[in-house]
Amino acid sequence: MSEVSNVTKIQELIYELKVSDACVNNLITIKPEIPMNKLRFILRDNCISGVPVVDRGILVGIISIDDFIEWLYDGHLACSVRDRMSREISSLCLDEPLISAVQRFEKTGFGRFPVIDRKTGMLSGIITKGDIIECLLHKLEIDYHEEEIHRYRASHLFEDIIGDRTSIRFSSTVEGEDFKEAGRASSGIKKTLSRLGVHPHIVRRAAIASYEAEMNLVIYTKGGEITVVVDSQLIIITIKDSGPGIEDVDKAMEPGYSTAPDWVRELGFGAGIGLVNIKRCADSMEIFSKPGEGTIINLEFNWNSQ
Amino acid sequence: MTFQKFLEILDARQVTSSQPHGNINCIFASDMMSEVLTLQETDIALLTTLNNLQVIRTAEMQDLACVCFTFDKTPSEDTVKLAQEKDIPIVCTSLCLFEACGKLYEAGMRGGKKRE
Repeated sequence: MSEVSNVTKIQELIYELKVSDACVNNLITIKPEIPMNKLRFILRDNCISGVPVVDRGILVGIISIDDFIEWLYDGHLACSVRDRMSREISSLCLDEPLISAVQRFEKTGFGRFPVIDRKTGMLSGIITKGDIIECLLHKLEIDYHEEEIHRYRASHLFEDIIGDRTSIRFSSTVEGEDFKEAGRASSGIKKTLSRLGVHPHIVRRAAIASYEAEMNLVIYTKGGEITVVVDSQLIIITIKDSGPGIEDVDKAMEPGYSTAPDWVRELGFGAGIGLVNIKRCADSMEIFSKPGEGTIINLEFNWNSQ
Repeated sequence: MTFQKFLEILDARQVTSSQPHGNINCIFASDMMSEVLTLQETDIALLTTLNNLQVIRTAEMQDLACVCFTFDKTPSEDTVKLAQEKDIPIVCTSLCLFEACGKLYEAGMRGGKKRE
């Protein structure tokens, strides 16, 4: 991952993740009447730096290692947690985005916040800055690993397979008139090309060309197949169907000329620029069609100039 | 412009939790996905009222920054689900298309251009 994408990913995660993703739910609480000298054991045995103080089910304060140190410094006179706890309770809700927590930490300088369930008003957990960092790292690692594993496996294919000419071939079937699934094949092609290490600009052109062709299959035919062959230099995309065929290919390539029925326009297509767009996206395009028999479109994209 | 500024100007609310990967480069307002697919820029914010899955497919292929439904148009459940799956930000504004465009233009945003 480049440095720039790292920063953006973290920013993305901070807005996307919620306090509930980072907070600790194993809730340890303490009663206000507990003597201060017992606090040390509770903090130490649980490896925590602070505890919410709960009196008969109600959050009344929060006490931390800092309070304990202050108490020691003040002469550690016998008293209860109630006497030394912080009553200024600032809490966060489970459903708030992490960015709220980060801003609150920055603003108040507190070390931890109790976390409340907004619906019930009940204390649900506790969150520290450390918890936020751990959560972000964990999520970054998972996302990074998953995609990296896919990308690594795929992008080394050409090196790992021994031969003078190696190519990868994959194809998808497209059902005619299935508008719900339309685009699924092209979405898969986009992801695969990206994993193979093709430059994003080329991936986008190939995906758009494939998608326009896929929409044509769905709109005008009973269905067809999109086949992709990738070798070390070229991506070749072939779109094939068995009908109805194009009456006048030259006319069909004219921008604005459309034989699409009106209902297709309501779906956002049928503007008569699909084939033209495909031609602009691809490095080369061949189109063969015979009315009554079907259409074949061959597209080529140069992807590896080595 | 940043995504946050975009939301502010349109007083828009987020429908999915995704965020664009960077800033918004330019704006395009259309219900014709065919046209959207001819644009040459990246990180475009699309303003539309077209409520079908193909909006999300188009957003995916064209690497749109986000999709904004105007005039309180609510995207269907299927649309939202696919957008979440593909990590495409969807937002909604009460402003009509004309006003939304006007405000963004006033703020310095310009439109997309066709691929050569």
